[in-house]
Amino acid sequence: MDTAYFLQQLINGLTLGSVYGLIAIGYTMVYGIIGMINFAHGDIFMVGAFIALISFILFALTSIALPIVLLLTLLIAMVFTACYGWTVEKLAYKPLRKSFRLAPLISALGMSIVLQNYVQAAQGARIKTLQPVIQGGFTFMEDTGFTVSLSYLQIFIVLVTIILMAIFTLLITKTALGRAQRACEQDRTMTALMGINVDRTISITFIIGSSLASVAGMMFVMYYGVIDFYIGFLAGIKAFTAAVLGGIGSVPGAMLGGLLIGLIEVFWSGYISIEYKDIAAFTVLVVVLIFFPTGFLGKPDIEKV
Amino acid sequence: MEKKFFQTSIKDSLFTGLIALALFGPIVGLRTVAKNEVLEVHPKWFIVLIIVIVCAVGRFLTNLYIYNRDQKTGIQSSIGKSISNFLDTKGYQIALTAIIFSVIFPFLPFTDRYLMDIAIMMLTYIMLGWGLNIVIGLAGLLDLGYVAFYAVGAYSYALFAIHFGWSFWICLPIAGIFAAMFGVLLGFPVLRLRGDYLAIVTLAFGEMIRILLLNWYQLTKGPDGLTGIPRPSFFGLPFKSFPDEGEQTFHTFFGIEYDPMQRIIFLYYLILVLALITNLFTIKIRRLPIGRAWEALREDEIACKSLGVNPRNTKLTAFAIGAMFGGFAGSFFATRQAFISPESFTFIESAIIVAIVVLGGMGSQTGVVLATVFLIGLIEVFRDFESYRMIAFGGAMVLIMIFRPRGILATRKPTITLEKSSSK
Repeated sequence: MDTAYFLQQLINGLTLGSVYGLIAIGYTMVYGIIGMINFAHGDIFMVGAFIALISFILFALTSIALPIVLLLTLLIAMVFTACYGWTVEKLAYKPLRKSFRLAPLISALGMSIVLQNYVQAAQGARIKTLQPVIQGGFTFMEDTGFTVSLSYLQIFIVLVTIILMAIFTLLITKTALGRAQRACEQDRTMTALMGINVDRTISITFIIGSSLASVAGMMFVMYYGVIDFYIGFLAGIKAFTAAVLGGIGSVPGAMLGGLLIGLIEVFWSGYISIEYKDIAAFTVLVVVLIFFPTGFLGKPDIEKV
Repeated sequence: MEKKFFQTSIKDSLFTGLIALALFGPIVGLRTVAKNEVLEVHPKWFIVLIIVIVCAVGRFLTNLYIYNRDQKTGIQSSIGKSISNFLDTKGYQIALTAIIFSVIFPFLPFTDRYLMDIAIMMLTYIMLGWGLNIVIGLAGLLDLGYVAFYAVGAYSYALFAIHFGWSFWICLPIAGIFAAMFGVLLGFPVLRLRGDYLAIVTLAFGEMIRILLLNWYQLTKGPDGLTGIPRPSFFGLPFKSFPDEGEQTFHTFFGIEYDPMQRIIFLYYLILVLALITNLFTIKIRRLPIGRAWEALREDEIACKSLGVNPRNTKLTAFAIGAMFGGFAGSFFATRQAFISPESFTFIESAIIVAIVVLGGMGSQTGVVLATVFLIGLIEVFRDFESYRMIAFGGAMVLIMIFRPRGILATRKPTITLEKSSSK
């Protein structure tokens, strides 16, 4: 019974962790390249979830086969949410690139409020429920008294995350775009002098981050089946915690941190207290930042006089 | 040349329209509505069409009339500069006028219940803004969880007043002390963090307090909130229309007719005095060594350390004093509302207070007042459009950051200047 329960929590934790990891990549990349916390990123994730929801509802009216629906929804959510990420960057962050340090953070805060209330105004404040898209799954260890279930949906979520991560790692390590991105992280002025369009690279970073967040949004709406305009706030903080835990600025770190936060949250609610499950993530955030500010895979931040 | 410019403008505005379509098409155009517990999509293409046209035409016009001209830099900033210059020269008179106006405000002929309520709300935010200004403006620590101290103040006032029956004037300092203790509690671990990290941790702290208030049912009654918080009394004289046997109330003591406005006016003066105390305290402490240490720490922490300023104690006092004023404001809130629940202490409150401080111009006391009147006024004007007003609010935050990143009153006056050297 105990092992089965543990295994079940592990499965749930990994699924949730994949979602957090996908959001965390957006935080970590933006922090890496322009050194700001994109506070509105959680809300971009929320917008992605809404677009995925609308897409699922529309496809439910047609008779397209499930795998194609999933693929199309994935693409639709990525494209439309990327537009949001791109626009937010152009409107709210780009004019502030040379401003003082807290200006982009406050602007991002404003943008987050705008996005939340915009979705509330356009889509209504009530929670939206989606009928399960993928049903069924495996069950095992039935004889122990606690049946462990591994749904197809969970397999789908983890698989998609792994595939996207693989594509993405290749993109950042092997292509010219990835090199430009890493160069921008080190020194933007020098990169510009080398003939790289810095503005474009930053825009692309936002586009990639937002489309990954939209995938997370799609997973979220499929997994929980319930969303509202406010989901971005908590998920955003948790994903940020994941990014910090993995070492902010490091993409594999974000994924690792996401998995850890997902596991911590699920085990906390499974074994300690479900009411205080959000406190678990916050405590991790505070503890990590205080004792362990570079995270697992981050580079130490050396202060120069 | 002219024609080419025209062509690129048209292309650009078409592109803007396309982006607007992508942005607003799915979210605005396809509204999901629950029908028999199943979501349906109701298309609203007409609104989307209007938005897209507005975006494209707007882009075209700005291309034509704004970017086309020579860059006239600093139109916006010159307004702010002239405001702050004006305030510099006439600062004392203006402050005096403002104070006199706020003192006689309840007795002005056009003042009614509604205006009084707004005035009280604005003064509460001004007080919170001034309190947070110590942390953000003077010490330079961006605190996104200020509402936690507001909540601690409100709940400690409410719990002491309900369970022990202590009066407002005893509970007020206790609430302040409790909030200050929480300030130190938060301050200790986050001392080493700066900038963005500090902001996120304080935000997490604020949320933790709220989750605690929601779930600690025995103490806080959770989401139901605390009811029956005693109203404040005028030095022991309660405001009641029907006093108990042998009890002196405000109107019987002074021999006047009972009027519910009396309590409102009293509350108004209460928060006015509390806010002015906060302001006076900040102005005075700025000239003391600790105030100077805060400002020095804000400018350069390493230089401070090498000059023998203890950053830990300096930051902790800033957190504690800022939190204390938040706690005072919280007790006032509790006694005014007579009902508090975790609903009142969400992150959005913190965001509003931070916005007030930052938009006013960090460190500027007058800026806080201006920003409060502007932002709370904005929220009040749009009060019938619940979510649109927050869109306007967030948008204002972004716009002010873009056009006046240092806030409305952006000039930062040095609080201490060296004497001009005599050798010329």
